[in-house]
Amino acid sequence: MSSTIEQDQAQNRSLWGDVWSQFRTHRGALIGMVVFGIILFGVTFGPFIWTKDPFFLDIRAKNTNAMTSCFFTGSQIWQCFSDPTSIKYFDPNAEVLDRLKVSWSFPLGTDQIGRDILAQLMQGGRVSVAVGMTAMLLSLIVGTLIGVLAGYFRRVDGLLMRFTDLFLALPILPLLLVIIMLFRDTLRNAFGPETGIFLLIVFIIGMTSWMQTARIVRGDVLALKEREFILAANSIGTPARRVIGRHIMPNILSPIMVSATLGIATAIITESSLSFLGLGFPSDFPTWGRLLFDGTSYIGQSPARVIWPGLAISLTVLSVNFIGDGLRDALDPRIRGR
Amino acid sequence: MFDEARKPLLKVENLKMHFPIFRGILKRQVGAVKAVDGISFEILEGETLGLVGESGCGKSTAGRCVLRLYEVTDGTIELEGQNIASLSGSELRAKRPEMQMIFQDPQASLNPRMTVGSIVAEPLYEHRNMTKLERRARVDELMDAVGLARRFADRYPHEFSGGQRQRIGIARALALNPKFIVCDEPIAALDVSIQAQVVNLLEDLQEKLGLTYLFISHDLSMVRHLADRVAVMYLGKLVELGPSETLYTAPQHPYTQALLSAVPHPDPAKAGNIDRVILQGDVPSPANPPQGCNFCTRCPVAIDICRKDEPEWRQIGEGHFAACHLIE
Repeated sequence: MSSTIEQDQAQNRSLWGDVWSQFRTHRGALIGMVVFGIILFGVTFGPFIWTKDPFFLDIRAKNTNAMTSCFFTGSQIWQCFSDPTSIKYFDPNAEVLDRLKVSWSFPLGTDQIGRDILAQLMQGGRVSVAVGMTAMLLSLIVGTLIGVLAGYFRRVDGLLMRFTDLFLALPILPLLLVIIMLFRDTLRNAFGPETGIFLLIVFIIGMTSWMQTARIVRGDVLALKEREFILAANSIGTPARRVIGRHIMPNILSPIMVSATLGIATAIITESSLSFLGLGFPSDFPTWGRLLFDGTSYIGQSPARVIWPGLAISLTVLSVNFIGDGLRDALDPRIRGR
Repeated sequence: MFDEARKPLLKVENLKMHFPIFRGILKRQVGAVKAVDGISFEILEGETLGLVGESGCGKSTAGRCVLRLYEVTDGTIELEGQNIASLSGSELRAKRPEMQMIFQDPQASLNPRMTVGSIVAEPLYEHRNMTKLERRARVDELMDAVGLARRFADRYPHEFSGGQRQRIGIARALALNPKFIVCDEPIAALDVSIQAQVVNLLEDLQEKLGLTYLFISHDLSMVRHLADRVAVMYLGKLVELGPSETLYTAPQHPYTQALLSAVPHPDPAKAGNIDRVILQGDVPSPANPPQGCNFCTRCPVAIDICRKDEPEWRQIGEGHFAACHLIE
């Protein structure tokens, strides 16, 4: 019985089937995939379900608290959820009885000029996730390319690594200022205000974050190059490009995967700091980082304004990290065999 | 059978492989590690030449040079009359199928991310224009030839034992029907019971396919069993080369004598009677070899001339060569 099962497996084994079955055993990766799926679904299709305009100013509803603040109304909690407008609560700072500003029209509240936070969160998520993924991809491609070339071809090693050092030594902030001053208007005219600035930001983040990847990859390639299976490939007469594709790349997958997952996090955060400095997207254009920074000034009145975008960023980063972890394990035949 | 008619398949002349040493800020070349320093030998078609010597004497480097895995410093390597030391790019690539290599460490010589099938099929993919099915059929054939089950082709190298991995390496080397195979200590990393299996497999394959081996090893008794002729290397140079039996029964060069006296004897009663030549000191650095004979610093019978002049490589008997001043 067991032998027939073994034979069946032997016949049906395909690489990606094996990878998937190993991936499924990694609980963290599965949860990460579900969470990331929900986030992706939320930011792509959310705006079609929750159709409020993220740019619309409802000035009378400004500074509405999130519905979650109902949890802190003590005995009135049920009344708060069923009829939010009727809630009175005691403000210990002002020592007065006030009306809690909550409404089901704004489940996550509004900002200081009355824009719906939920709609902004979904709209901002689109941009943040897109920026994170593309910038990570760009930095990964550049970093891997330079790392592999420097590690494999001795002649260009010195040149490429000094080039990497040069980028590491560049003061990022002045560089950003110069780049943005030079290219913002040109790109805006060419691709429209949002796409233009999107491309610019992805380019900037990609170009300032590939160096770590390049160094790690180079180190791994150098170590790998001395292994006998590379020598075996050379003795067969496999040309360099196929040695890299067939033997080097699959074996440096795990460090690349790790930098990739960390890269998404860094990219989202860098984008938010750029926006904060006024160098990124226009100030009225919501991104997760932007929402987070806007929220910090109101953290006393409505902590939810910081918590939700912060949670979105953290969950994205965390879930991507777990997915990367699971994928790395699944792609390693030694772990897969266990 | 027709010893007179046998032609040399490989002819190596004055092969030198010097690895430059760079020092200082300007990375100027300050010297060279003379890993292989002028060796010459021939291998006849269908025979096995054993290449022995202690660790670091340059035997693996010599083997790799013969396959042009390094850019040789000097010398010619003629495989079937074509000098592969001077071939470039595509010409060399076209010559690759005729010469293959079996590696020392079967763990390191197989890509851990590739299935056994794709490892064995890599040479086919590079040099033959085969469809997927033809490749698969050839892989099955090769798996049979080295005694591995066909269904193992879908597995990964880490799932195998050392001996099985070495068989995979052998299957890969055989894929293109090479004439000449360099075996770079193929049994050094295996335990004794499996060494015999692999050596027998190599012998069977030689018989069936008419292969020519350059068998690099430091296991002297295994080389005696396997090789038709044996070359002894010391510090980048050949010190003695001769037919296996002659060399083992009547070694001429003092280094060969010392090396052979180190072989353990299977009979403990007799083992005590062997006159062991115990060499003093260490092997000199190949970056800075001694003047005169390379072996003069450790030679038990060295005389003044050994420290001045380099001994000539000359014939001392029927197919027997050595480099020593003391041999008449």
